[in-house]
Amino acid sequence: MNAIFALATVVIKELYRRKDFYVLFILTVLMTVVMASANIFNDDKIVGYLKEICLLLVWISALVISVATASRQIPAERENRTIFPLLAKPVSRGQVIMGKFLGCWLASGVALLVFYLFLGVVNGSREHQLQVIGYLQALWMQWMFLAIVIAMVLLGSIIFAAPSSNATICLVVVLGILLLGRYLNLVAIHQAEPMRTITSVIYFSIPHLEWFDLRERVINDNPVVAWNKIALASLYAAAYTGVFLFGTWICFRRQSLSK
Amino acid sequence: MKPPRPSLILLLLFVLCFSLATYLEPRASALAGRDETGDMLTIVLGDARRMFANHFFVKADVYFHRGYYPSFIEQSYAQTPVEVHIAEHHDGNEPQGEEAHEKEMDFLGKPRDWIDGFGRNFFPSTHTHRDQPGEAREILPWLRLSADLDPHRAETYTVAAYWLISNMGKVNEAEQFLREGLRANPDSYQILFALGKIYYENRHDPDVARNLWELALRRWNDQNESGKDPDLEAYDEIVAHLANLEEKQGNLREALSYLEVEVELSPVPEVTQITHPPVTLPFL
Repeated sequence: MNAIFALATVVIKELYRRKDFYVLFILTVLMTVVMASANIFNDDKIVGYLKEICLLLVWISALVISVATASRQIPAERENRTIFPLLAKPVSRGQVIMGKFLGCWLASGVALLVFYLFLGVVNGSREHQLQVIGYLQALWMQWMFLAIVIAMVLLGSIIFAAPSSNATICLVVVLGILLLGRYLNLVAIHQAEPMRTITSVIYFSIPHLEWFDLRERVINDNPVVAWNKIALASLYAAAYTGVFLFGTWICFRRQSLSK
Repeated sequence: MKPPRPSLILLLLFVLCFSLATYLEPRASALAGRDETGDMLTIVLGDARRMFANHFFVKADVYFHRGYYPSFIEQSYAQTPVEVHIAEHHDGNEPQGEEAHEKEMDFLGKPRDWIDGFGRNFFPSTHTHRDQPGEAREILPWLRLSADLDPHRAETYTVAAYWLISNMGKVNEAEQFLREGLRANPDSYQILFALGKIYYENRHDPDVARNLWELALRRWNDQNESGKDPDLEAYDEIVAHLANLEEKQGNLREALSYLEVEVELSPVPEVTQITHPPVTLPFL
């Protein structure tokens, strides 16, 4: 367990050494502040559009940070040949994967926390009240979403040749699921066979990442989600993360590191 | 040859930029003058801004429904298309209309499977409206943006003015926005009618209201004569308000003439006669 945490710490340190997070955070702050300065019918309590823009930027930034960080972990170790001394510690390949995953996940959690703190400050200053539980649920669910994405990207980094192709493919898949995942069953029932069955199989086998997007509820001041539903969704995320990490381990275990 | 100092090159570039700016600015202004707005959005987006304007108008409706709204995929498979209705009055006086609206907005139906059913916990899946006092403020940024992108859509101004007054009590802002709309759409009878309502109901100035409504009526007739097929319901509303105004002001002959027009227009004249008690001229 110590080896896993040691590896995770290295990944977290890497996040705050790199400029990705700072650039994305400053961009988010700047765009939100510019939007907040707009005078709309002399009403300074209008906050829905700000939440929408800020949350969209938070989602884009968190996704980019997570995918970019996770996609280069194992390829970079192999390219720099640091994987050999690492595995000679002794650290097993499974521990390397778990350490990399935990590091990326914790690092993205820290980044999310900073983003949501900013979002809370902006909205609190406008609304003079804050739906703390709603924001906490949104933060937690987004973090769970990132767990699945990071595990998926780690699997991709074993399968695909270059980090850039892996990142691009994973981003397309994640965005595809977010935008269309919810409607695949609706599309399936209007299709003729065999497309109907194929679409249904895809619908039931993909991780439904759209569940973890609570933005619409936060923006529209909907009541908070029941905690048992949050817990079930978290279990679902843990299961898919486990599946992807297990797949990564299976592929990585049999892979030659010298090529 | 010794190269010039970098600071001198920078100075030269600055002078060049300044000279170019003074040369181009009047020409750019003249170009902008040829266009109706000449702002950055118009230049960048061109006619595509109308499409975006419609998108943001629908976005306002999405906010009005607290996010409970069919996506484009759900709309494409829906049996009855959902219409934007933020402009409608939800005063509960039309139970049949409300029922039809509830039916229309039941686009989700029953969950098709456990993924669909469980997923509904995480996005707005119940039909509600932002119609409590002050809540409708959230739809306004999108209407403002829609008006900026397409200033020739009169409905955007009237809808925003309706919510500014009825939900937020911002009469001055509503009037200012309607006047902005009137500058962009001088022939709009809808905007003139909405302005008249402000003068009649909020400013309590029946003379200005009468002038505005009469002008709205003229604009409607002009459009009708030029074959633009204006909205008959709007005409009926203008006439009804004029009739009411004249009746309240004691101009019973004018009120009667407007009521006669309204009865002619009404699909159910008996109902119109019942809702408006007969006006009796004292000298007849």
